[in-house]
Amino acid sequence: MKFLTEFRNPELAGRLISQIHRQSQTKARFMEFCGGHTVTVFRYGIRQALPKTLEMVSGPGCPVCVTANADLDKAIALSQISNVIITTFGDMLKVPGSHSSLQEARACGADVRIVYSTIDALKIATENPDRSVVFLGIGFETTAPTVAASILRAREKGIRNYHVLSMHKLCPPSIRAILDSGEVRLEGLICPGHVSTIIGSHPWESVALDYRIPCVIAGFEPLDILQCISMLVAQVEKREARVEIAYRRGVRPEGNTEALRIMEQVFEPRPAQWRGLGEIIGSGLKLKREYEQFDAELAFNIATKPAQEPEGCICGEILRGVKIPLDCALFSKVCTPEHPIGPCMVSSEGSCAAYYTYGGSIDG
Amino acid sequence: MTDKILLAHGSGGRLAHQLVEREFVKALANPLLAKLDDSAVFEIEGRLAFTTDSYTVSPIFFPGGDIGKLAVCGTVNDLAMSGAKPLYLSLAFIIEEGLSQKELSQIVVSIQKAAQEAGVKIITGDTKVVNRGSADRLFINTAGIGIIPEGVDISGSNARPGDKVILSGAIGEHGIAVLSRREGLSFSTDLESDCAPLAKLVMEMLAASPNIHCLRDPTRGGLATTLNELATQSRVGIMIEEEKVPAREEVLAACEMLGLDPLYIANEGKLIAIVSAEDAERVLSAMSRNHYGKEAAIIGEVTTKHPGRVVMKTSLGTTRIVDMLVGDPLPRIC
Amino acid sequence: MCLAIPALIKSITDKEAEVEIGGITRRISLELTPEARVGDYAIVHTGYAINTLDQEEARETLRLLEEIATVGEEAG
Repeated sequence: MKFLTEFRNPELAGRLISQIHRQSQTKARFMEFCGGHTVTVFRYGIRQALPKTLEMVSGPGCPVCVTANADLDKAIALSQISNVIITTFGDMLKVPGSHSSLQEARACGADVRIVYSTIDALKIATENPDRSVVFLGIGFETTAPTVAASILRAREKGIRNYHVLSMHKLCPPSIRAILDSGEVRLEGLICPGHVSTIIGSHPWESVALDYRIPCVIAGFEPLDILQCISMLVAQVEKREARVEIAYRRGVRPEGNTEALRIMEQVFEPRPAQWRGLGEIIGSGLKLKREYEQFDAELAFNIATKPAQEPEGCICGEILRGVKIPLDCALFSKVCTPEHPIGPCMVSSEGSCAAYYTYGGSIDG
Repeated sequence: MTDKILLAHGSGGRLAHQLVEREFVKALANPLLAKLDDSAVFEIEGRLAFTTDSYTVSPIFFPGGDIGKLAVCGTVNDLAMSGAKPLYLSLAFIIEEGLSQKELSQIVVSIQKAAQEAGVKIITGDTKVVNRGSADRLFINTAGIGIIPEGVDISGSNARPGDKVILSGAIGEHGIAVLSRREGLSFSTDLESDCAPLAKLVMEMLAASPNIHCLRDPTRGGLATTLNELATQSRVGIMIEEEKVPAREEVLAACEMLGLDPLYIANEGKLIAIVSAEDAERVLSAMSRNHYGKEAAIIGEVTTKHPGRVVMKTSLGTTRIVDMLVGDPLPRIC
Repeated sequence: MCLAIPALIKSITDKEAEVEIGGITRRISLELTPEARVGDYAIVHTGYAINTLDQEEARETLRLLEEIATVGEEAG
């Protein structure tokens, strides 16, 4: 496949790994912030291939993992309204809320459908004019513009039974919250590739400056990750703290201006609850007033009980990079992919799921 | 007369008898079935293999097959995986009222064709019709009986270190073909389900070597889950190489798009064979001469290391653990 | 948030395109990438093109990677 297989070239990968081993003298800890990066690192066994000087930590880049119970509970409550069809990305189906999950709600009769795109959700709305379709809006800046576009299309085509429950979040504020907490010592950031496709490299400039930390924007193939690590190591060795785009084929410094325009036309920032990080100002997205007819929070009376966090679950600390799944008393004993307690296990790119699926010790 | 299946068709009365005679007995023509006794009576000598399965696939028609073909092939393959020659099948339908007679006929024709190719007879059956909403269009339950030739001892616990792991062909076709027709996930592809009866292939493999230790078809849960089952049952480690696992570009592309791992996608016309090292090439040759084994490949071997675990050398040259599937593989955006 | 793959744009109608990746095809929206043309590779996320892939940069990156790997080897 073009532009995929070339970036998985094993020969080049092997040589890059050797190069990283030669380059890296200083101990350094890098945070890979994006769930997609976590999956690539694990799936290709990259962690094990790196020199002992380098440590990789997973940050809160999995939008499912950081969705607070209160938001999940709202989605589940919506699913139980009799006329409502919930349309959602597959990632959300098994995430446990305070009391239940969408999967369980579906088993009890709720109409919950997995879609690949908001375009499919719009289609379901058009085909079911007497039902209300609610799309669960999760994802960061990569996904928010696509959801904004679907709202514009709904308005243009006069589709009145389409609504969005916006649980979208913004990346730079959360990275800042982690760095501000000072809990975890980091020497480099592997910045999310496709979020940066939308927002460009400029938003990371102030992060590099304020926190004096190298920020390299990486793609998602194994060679992309290795290139990024090599670039971070080079900066660490030279004591630099700059923003660099490794993923040059997918990211322009100015980002995708049309996508940003559309996102800003429909959404505005608001505080958001992040699992494990608490409330972060300006890190969530809400539909603007002129689009409120599409806002599921306003269209429906959603009554939820106060949200509860599961006991013993340390997803929050894992998301902040202060602990690893192996530190959790519940990991693989009580909390497993088939019976997940927290979202880090549910989402296939959550740290706990990645550790469980890929990270077992080969000799153990 | 309506062209839809009604509750009355399952109630045992005249409509039901007409349905059975017209649809099933005629199409699946064989003397035992035609007798329509409460049980089929026959004599068999030898070591028997016996299996049962239920089929609930949705949608019931998918590229490359339908639930009927799946039911026959799935049952035949379960028997073949024990080294048995499949002989007789039972077939029970649970039909959701409102299914069209035309669709039912189509499915019965599929069943007849698949049974003929597999060399089995369907000798007893049952039909129930349930209220709308109580079954997803059609469910099929089967049971199958086969005879295991003398000297054949195939079991998931027989794998030994040093054995080779052979895969009969490309992975993921069935799962992706079905997904391509599911609402909300559709994409266009020429990919068809690989649904196929493998009994003849197995007979030819057994003729090539007495040292086939394990046979299993990687259906739900895919290649990864099945290999894990074998590793656990036999208490051995299994090491495979990603580069050696055959997969069509379309399957890989669909998996990329939906965020799925092809190792976990269902196959309905493939098998894994664990064979002693000396006989591996000979078995592979025999397989490649059969239509359903022409892309067969040795993908790995059995080892004493990491017993119970499956490890894979990735296309990158690094190594990672391949665990069992938990739950359904769900498409993701992240 | 991240799962997006490069797909070849085969045809464009209005703000939608038919794209192909590895033999499978799908309709996607070009609402976020109005500049996309037939023959471009689009990065597709949840049914929308979020960018057109810069093929020259792709080739340049591969060249750069080759260079990084080689420089280290020559230095010993």
